[in-house]
Amino acid sequence: MNKQTKKKESILRNNMFQTIVASLICIVLGLFVGYIVLLIINPAGAGEAIMAILKNYFYYPTGAVTAKYLGSTLVKASTLLMCSLSVLFAYKVGLFNIGVAGQYVVGAGISIYCAVALKLPWYLCFVVAVLAAALVGGLSGILKAYFNVNEVISSIMLNWIGLYSINVLLSTVKQETSPYTIPIETVNKKGLLPHAGLHTLFSNNQFVTIGLILSVVMAVLVWVLLEKTRFGYELKATGMNKHAAKYCGMKEKRNIIVTMLISGGLAGFGSAIFYLTGIEQWMVQQTTIPAMGFNGIAAAFLGGLNPIGAIFSSYFIQHITSGGTYVDKTMYCAQTSDLITAFIIYLCGFVLFFKIWFVKYLDKKEEQGREKEQKGGEA
Amino acid sequence: MSLLLQYTLIFASVLVLVALGGCFSEHSGVINIGLEGIMVTGALGGALMMKYLPGTMATPLVILLVVLASILIGMIFSLLLGVAAIKFNADQTLAGTALNLLGPAIAVVLVRAINTAESVDNVSSTVTYGHARKAFLVNIGGFEFNWFMLIAFLALVAAYIVLYKTKFGLRLCACGEHPQAADSVGINVYKMRYAGVLISGALGGLGGLVYITAGVSEWKFENGVSGFGFLALAVMIFGQWKPVNIGLAALMFGMFRALSNVYTGFDALSALNIPSTVYNMLPYIISLVVLVFVSKKSRAPKAEGIPYDKGQR
Repeated sequence: MNKQTKKKESILRNNMFQTIVASLICIVLGLFVGYIVLLIINPAGAGEAIMAILKNYFYYPTGAVTAKYLGSTLVKASTLLMCSLSVLFAYKVGLFNIGVAGQYVVGAGISIYCAVALKLPWYLCFVVAVLAAALVGGLSGILKAYFNVNEVISSIMLNWIGLYSINVLLSTVKQETSPYTIPIETVNKKGLLPHAGLHTLFSNNQFVTIGLILSVVMAVLVWVLLEKTRFGYELKATGMNKHAAKYCGMKEKRNIIVTMLISGGLAGFGSAIFYLTGIEQWMVQQTTIPAMGFNGIAAAFLGGLNPIGAIFSSYFIQHITSGGTYVDKTMYCAQTSDLITAFIIYLCGFVLFFKIWFVKYLDKKEEQGREKEQKGGEA
Repeated sequence: MSLLLQYTLIFASVLVLVALGGCFSEHSGVINIGLEGIMVTGALGGALMMKYLPGTMATPLVILLVVLASILIGMIFSLLLGVAAIKFNADQTLAGTALNLLGPAIAVVLVRAINTAESVDNVSSTVTYGHARKAFLVNIGGFEFNWFMLIAFLALVAAYIVLYKTKFGLRLCACGEHPQAADSVGINVYKMRYAGVLISGALGGLGGLVYITAGVSEWKFENGVSGFGFLALAVMIFGQWKPVNIGLAALMFGMFRALSNVYTGFDALSALNIPSTVYNMLPYIISLVVLVFVSKKSRAPKAEGIPYDKGQR
């Protein structure tokens, strides 16, 4: 009997189990708040609207169209996954990379510019974009390591500087009659990522490329790097205590810079596998930073700061974000999904408290159980 | 020239208000990175109040009601951060970031719902308040004086007095420097931190209102407040968490921001033929450079960002 209770508790006390439960609670509460907001705006269609958000591509009746839109959602989800990997990688090293949005923007701009203006093949566009984004991240790292500039503030500033610079750069390759950049497929077919046959799985959705596979591979690689290598251990040690790491002979300044380089590179990776499919063109008069980077923060925390968890959370966040476009536009707007996502991030702040409370609760119960057992023995 | 002065003063007013908000919050020990979101919600409260106030209302009453609406909404919204950070020991940067995303999302969803309810074809996220905005302006010989400039100045003076000359202010600072010590002499750290966050919500909300009424008579909420909350944080760091320095830093940043609005009016500047985007980037670049020089000797409150745990020694 003793063995049995031990086994039962070990599931409840399992950190991964607790994380998953906490994330699910965040999702349910987030959706619930979204539903309440819809109810307040217009009670008539609220139930339908929240279902539309959850259904996303199931909105279409035929399997072929559904498959096609599933493909598009997956393409965006793979980008989001890269952004969330960028956030969680930095966070594991004790850095809050809110600049993922700006690094994403720089990666997007450079990959489009290389493909459209310089007519480079896709792999070169890809590498240059990742390097450029890595440098932007690295700059925040240098400022943090050598000048003690808070990485949150510096990377926010870089977000805006990046957005405006990319707008200037890409206005050289914009279409004459519209504010959008020239589509890659019209000028440089070699600039598009190869499909490797994947698009046939999604009713020939031309935007489904090897990017899908690459992003999942990267998630696994990030996990291996953080959990199974000495380098990853060093980075995490630096994050936990900079001074202790230095005392142990680790190069703490170098570690901070390298972390931000990798984090930025991951964000650039994300934008490259998005824009090099030709799925969207850049609007050069953009005055707001694309939400992809910020959603990456949501996905990272919702996934319990675990690269494998991020795969699922990224898909979920993208699923409801895409689903938002299917709500009844005469009553609601697509941004309802953004509201739900934002609230989920907020709830993620409570996860640690929830876990501590839950462990305390388990301890208390265990103690009560033991007391009872003792009393039973005495009697 | 008077136009440059006018824009400098009004943008400096925004930065002073919001940076002081951040200053109060951080002195109490809570990092408030969500000022950007608080600004948006405060602006939303003020904008909606202006939209629905009858045009015949007396000017002082209009000012009072609109300002109160912004402050109140800002405070309510900042409570989200307060509860998460103080009661539930949440990661303050994460909670603040959530506020930054929540603020614009709430604003866009709400404004769009109001607009589509008025007419189904209207899917914009713009609120127009041209009429009520005039209440804030007084024309003095070509110089458009805005009452908010005075309010910001008064807030600065008040902040100086409160932080350095009152029991409340000194206790607040103690909670940000060494909460355990503060607690040991009977100060309720949790209460003081709530006070700090609420004051930052009030000032941030008001700052948001000032920002959207600075130069235009309608606001598209999809744009948020374009990083002004973060510029205010840079001003606060540059001002080393001291009200007077914050005032001076805000004037400098305000001028760089104003340049992008008025540079075409200067022959020397328009002759340089620099694209307007560069002027738009200028405040962010300057703040990055400034941060490099001042962050090394940071005088940040020692206990900021650390949740207060009574049991910890």
